[in-house]
Amino acid sequence: MNLKHVWDTFRRKPMAMVGLFMLLSVVLVAILAPWLAPYDPKEQVEVRPEDILAPPDAEHLLGRDDAGKDVLSQLIYGARISLLVGFTASFMSMFIGATVGLLAGFYGGRIGNFLMRITDFLLVIPTLPLMLVIISVWGRGIEKIILVIGLLYWTYMARLVRSQVLSIKERQFIMRARAIGAGSLRIITRHIFPQVLPLIIAQAVLDISTAIIAESSLSFLGLGDPTQVSWGMMLNFAFARAISREAWWFLLPPGFAIVWVSVALVLIGTALEEIANPRLKTHHLFNPRQMVALAETEGVTV
Amino acid sequence: MQRSDYLIRKAFWALITLVVVIVFNFFLFRILPGDPVRALIQSARMDREAQERIRTQFGLDKPIWLDVERLRQGDIKGALDTQFTAYVSNLLRGNLGVSFTKKMPVSKLLAERVWRTVVLLALGEVISIVLGIILGIVASWRRGSKLDTGIMMWGLFTWSIPTFFFGIILVILARGHLPTGMMVTPGLKPEDGLTYWLDVGKHLILPTITLGIGYVSMYMMVMRSSVVEVLSEDYILTAKAKGLSTFRILRDHALKNAMLPMITNIMLTLGYTVGGAIQVETVFSWPGIGRLIYDAVGKQDFPVLQGAFLLIAASVIGANFLADLLYSVLDPRVKAE
Repeated sequence: MNLKHVWDTFRRKPMAMVGLFMLLSVVLVAILAPWLAPYDPKEQVEVRPEDILAPPDAEHLLGRDDAGKDVLSQLIYGARISLLVGFTASFMSMFIGATVGLLAGFYGGRIGNFLMRITDFLLVIPTLPLMLVIISVWGRGIEKIILVIGLLYWTYMARLVRSQVLSIKERQFIMRARAIGAGSLRIITRHIFPQVLPLIIAQAVLDISTAIIAESSLSFLGLGDPTQVSWGMMLNFAFARAISREAWWFLLPPGFAIVWVSVALVLIGTALEEIANPRLKTHHLFNPRQMVALAETEGVTV
Repeated sequence: MQRSDYLIRKAFWALITLVVVIVFNFFLFRILPGDPVRALIQSARMDREAQERIRTQFGLDKPIWLDVERLRQGDIKGALDTQFTAYVSNLLRGNLGVSFTKKMPVSKLLAERVWRTVVLLALGEVISIVLGIILGIVASWRRGSKLDTGIMMWGLFTWSIPTFFFGIILVILARGHLPTGMMVTPGLKPEDGLTYWLDVGKHLILPTITLGIGYVSMYMMVMRSSVVEVLSEDYILTAKAKGLSTFRILRDHALKNAMLPMITNIMLTLGYTVGGAIQVETVFSWPGIGRLIYDAVGKQDFPVLQGAFLLIAASVIGANFLADLLYSVLDPRVKAE
């Protein structure tokens, strides 16, 4: 399965393309933040009493927050923080999870058992309470949040990769490679890894949204980095100070921004997953007409 | 392998997991700058000797986990007389320390709040599991239809929305119609009988919906994919050929076989749902363990955090073990890994 094939299949899925455009829009906003944002969120502003939680008007399209600052500008800059956390933490967990999964699946035996014990252990421990405890002891900071999320969210990836490797390593081409003298390292990197890579990428995309939601939950619960205001941090401020005043312009935008990115990533991730791992497309309670129709829409030749 | 072997092994691993959590919990809070007494000694005027006396009283003059000097002298019992063993023996007696801010034993704080969280979690789980099963079956049966797409879109949306934000939206929508905070209207007491409990029930509605709807997609997706898999088995075709109605096929053949992955999923995601309960309790000021943790985070009340984390971790480990027991009863094939 090459990249061009993946892209050709991806392109034909309308929901996947919707997701891609939703994600690209946020990435663009994050990159162009200094040019798009009408104000600089870090700039000191002179606040008059009537500016505090002022509703939207022509100058401030999403109104102002409890410190009299422009909400829209914070939202635009917040995209940078949330995406940064999502992408880096997911990259970390992808790296750890894929490595553990490959090793555990390929070697099995003692090494495999030991690695899966660690995975199962982490899987049982409630993650959010654990992150809360670690960050409150260790102190706040964006890099600590990224590290904690990256180090705790790799378990699902590891199990997924392992189960794939277990079935791939029994196939004939692996036996043949071994028979002509390929070493373990070569088999893993040249023969098995390329086979599981599409699934790893699909899962990593889904993990970005998990990481963004995890960061926003941590920030909402008061453990965000106060110098790097993410969407979750905005919600923390908004919930503490604006909910009694029903300042929806401060409460709703950051939340829907998280939902927007998360929906985008899930659409892309599930589409990639379907391409990487085409599962059963039909079942016996279908009537035949439906089956043919479904096969046609999904581009399968019957 | 016998079923009893399977159970003994599961119990053994649950125990090991718990021990690792306890050890982790101990060392995590020891890497704090200073020691637990420092926060207790708030008056700077307290003289050195008095401070030392408190340290001795809390056993903080002892080595952290192993007295190497005494071990070298062959005094094994003395070598184990350390902060760690003191912590464990306190733990076994149910002593979790004293809250910095509330000046109350942590165990007492947890005990009076734990049932509130349990009620919330249980109600939320029941709603999301029942809804998840129904929606999942309908979606898989009508796979590819508009109904399926609609259910999947709804699942996608609820999966992508942070639990706390869903709660905030409900607070905004329901203001004036339903209570959006606390457990009971101030002034009412348990002695008021039915009025009190009805009031508590009213306060439970929004938190339960938040928790229930927020996690429904998780169960729905699992149910959908496992029913789809079951429906493609040949025995479903046989059942259809026998002339059984679709409803009977779904109920007697598909549901039963699809329930096993569902149980695995429920137990695997339990820790995740507990995280949701913390968010829900924070949004709705529901006075359970979650709200306690939120307050403790804000005030750096470490003994409370430590105790609450231990309680949550132990409950989730215990629940997982129970699920393993249930699993072995439901699926006789489960014996070895």
